[in-house]
Amino acid sequence: MISQHEVLDTLRMIEHENLDIRTITMGITLTQCIHEDADEVARRVYDRICAKAGRLVQVGREIEAEYGIPIVNKRISVTPISIIGAAAGPKGCLAIAKAMDRAARDVGVNFIGGYTALVHKGIAYGDQAVIDTIPEALDITELVCASVNVATTRAGINMDAVARMGRVILETARRTAARDSIGAAKLVVFANAVEDNPFMAGAFHGAGEADCAVNVGVSGPGVVKCALEKVRGQSFDDVAETIKRTAFRITRVGQLVAREASRRLDVPFGIVDLSLAPTPAMGDSVAHILTEMGLESVGGPGSTAALALLNDAVKKGGVMASSHVGGLSGAFIPVSEDAGMIDAARAGVLTLEKLEAMTAVCSVGLDMIAVPGDTPAETLSAIIADEAAIGVINGKTTAVRIIPAQGKGVGDEVSFGGLLGEAPVMRVSAVGCGDFIRRGGRIPAPLHSMRN
Amino acid sequence: MKNAIVSVVGQDKVGIIAAVSALLARHQVNILDIRQTVMQDYFTMMMQVDLSAISCSLQDLKDVLSRLGGEMGLVIGVYDEGLFNAMHRI
Repeated sequence: MISQHEVLDTLRMIEHENLDIRTITMGITLTQCIHEDADEVARRVYDRICAKAGRLVQVGREIEAEYGIPIVNKRISVTPISIIGAAAGPKGCLAIAKAMDRAARDVGVNFIGGYTALVHKGIAYGDQAVIDTIPEALDITELVCASVNVATTRAGINMDAVARMGRVILETARRTAARDSIGAAKLVVFANAVEDNPFMAGAFHGAGEADCAVNVGVSGPGVVKCALEKVRGQSFDDVAETIKRTAFRITRVGQLVAREASRRLDVPFGIVDLSLAPTPAMGDSVAHILTEMGLESVGGPGSTAALALLNDAVKKGGVMASSHVGGLSGAFIPVSEDAGMIDAARAGVLTLEKLEAMTAVCSVGLDMIAVPGDTPAETLSAIIADEAAIGVINGKTTAVRIIPAQGKGVGDEVSFGGLLGEAPVMRVSAVGCGDFIRRGGRIPAPLHSMRN
Repeated sequence: MKNAIVSVVGQDKVGIIAAVSALLARHQVNILDIRQTVMQDYFTMMMQVDLSAISCSLQDLKDVLSRLGGEMGLVIGVYDEGLFNAMHRI
């Protein structure tokens, strides 16, 4: 029998250290729904999502009750709408966005991702239709998330798309100005986007995926932080070892829930995503893991090294615990969704430049960062280009989810509520980059992309 | 057979094991193993139970147990054994 100590250990992690499953995300292929009539494609999309995901929330709740482990989010990702909506054009894409929103609400999930275009090499008709309608789609819907992939290590960086996305982010923020520009919080610009990411706002169900799949995102920054409290003052060897052991346990729970959800829904298991995802709740912060390692605050010297160790040890511990690891699998450092990051940003010790450096060694990138509402579109584009360059050169995923908070300046606060949290508006460099962005074209793929 | 772990934690007093086992028996839950200790007046008990013949829903069992826990000043939880196996066994 399991020992008393082991039971208490697990219960402590759940009750006091915020161990949970962050999300069960069902990926659904929508290619069957393609039709040139906007209303018809929207109707098909709605019906298909409801048919596939109708039991998702209920099954999630059952697993939660039986195993006693909280499953915070149940979500849906779909085939990029640039593919599904191409035949019906921009009007069709918007109709699909509305259908996705309605379906998500009716099946009870809290986000649906996939209002997506993949334009790393070029912008096709369907991509154009999605990108043009992102500001309106994110304004008129509540649960729909959008993403655009502008670069890959194989193709390089599509600077036309980068330039366009700066303007799209700004327009989205403007359209949702009355709600702290929340539209921009649901829009991610990627380099090297992955097809099986279960986390929002960047989840979509890639073209290489099965008809339907269950992907699970684990969590547990609080558990890692508490485990590290026991090795205070000890060497980094002990720190890495402790994180690995903890990540293994966390991931095993993810694997268990993924398998159980897959069996009960009769949908193939896709992947477990090993990301350490924080929430604004106390005791659920990635930044606090770094301070536990000995930093006075996240953002100070040493932050990048600490994050690199954390990110690597989480993978090493987690990879053996799951049969299929995928998604983004790394530590997240969203500013507005992490109590320690919020405090550091408010105190001015965490800057955009330091965050950029940190994104070179962890998953994703500049995430949930509020900047002044008057930040020029070219500056947003140049920030995207910098992140894309880090992703492309290092062969990793990077992303930008930046919110030019309309009517707000440095030091003001934005508040999105719930998991999206709140954040201080951060300073952005005023050095001009308009001529750089207006060049357009593509930044070629790096030499090391030629691996054949 | 579906096994679960019933955890009972709280201030020690007379009759905890009696009350919890009586309630489990009433709902046809078979007790396979019990581990129990008292540390500084703090009572902790783990029961491995078999739910295959349970006469109510799992949720009902959880509800009556947590009501009993409330009356006796205890925290009582029911968890599928698979959770602990996953975390602590390779």
